[in-house]
Amino acid sequence: MAFASSPDRLAPTLTSAKIVVAGGFGVGKTTLVGRVSEIPPVNTEAWMTQASRTVDPLADTDEKTTTTVAMDFGRLRLSHDLILYLFGTPGQPRFWPMWDDLCRGASSALVLVDTRRLDVSFPAVNYFENDSDVPFVVAVNLFDGARTHPLDQVRDALGVAESVPLITVDARDRRSAVRALVASLRNTLEKTSPVTAR
Amino acid sequence: MTANPWVRPYVLTGGRTRTRHRLYVHTLVGVERYDPVAAARLSPEARRLYERAAVGPQSVAELSAHCGVSLGVTRVLLEDLSAAGQVQINDDAESAPYDHRLLKRVIDGLREFA
Repeated sequence: MAFASSPDRLAPTLTSAKIVVAGGFGVGKTTLVGRVSEIPPVNTEAWMTQASRTVDPLADTDEKTTTTVAMDFGRLRLSHDLILYLFGTPGQPRFWPMWDDLCRGASSALVLVDTRRLDVSFPAVNYFENDSDVPFVVAVNLFDGARTHPLDQVRDALGVAESVPLITVDARDRRSAVRALVASLRNTLEKTSPVTAR
Repeated sequence: MTANPWVRPYVLTGGRTRTRHRLYVHTLVGVERYDPVAAARLSPEARRLYERAAVGPQSVAELSAHCGVSLGVTRVLLEDLSAAGQVQINDDAESAPYDHRLLKRVIDGLREFA
């Protein structure tokens, strides 16, 4: 790995980008990340705690410092100078501070839903509608390879706006998973102005 | 998971809880010149992070996960290492994630991959 000679910065040509994969428990987040990642998805317990929590004088909050949360991510080297990271969100809403952390700086989000259990993905849809600026698309995971419900019905049931793209994906299939990720990035292209940083 | 469960996290960071830079979970960190003498002087946690980053540039999340150091503590320790010039933090991750040039590069890369 070549590094730049400037002391403070890592090879300026090496860039990382991030896509967040969200949805309820068991909708296929880890499967999708695993199909695309070149490393086995890292599934590890990270302390969700910011160190600041521990200096909170309230004894009650001390309990939170021991809360662990599964951090689930994969990595894909797209070219010599570009690495894409995929981060799965922890399922339970009580981990929302972690969601904020994971979503900060993300280029797009993919919210997976399972039509047999739409409700488990409601919190994720709510989150990206109300609490995050990251542009998102909703992807119906076709577990059995076949669409069981017309997408219009799914959209109605989820109550997502027409402006939010609704697509299908087979999380077990690498090409399908990649297409879904591309769709999420194209959505960001459409929803944002072409400002070039710096 | 954390290597030293008997120490509260802020002890490892000397009581500090905030970092000057925003280190995203996907911000890349690398080591330009590995210095074994400097490594020997680091705390066990900082040393693990330093040695891991020396293997090759990787994200804050990877360093945290592989070293068993919580994300919050990892951020503070990486900031220290950066201030001492021991690790290099890739500022590019702080550039706009919606930069269309970046988005198109990722899309192109993904299409090639599929």
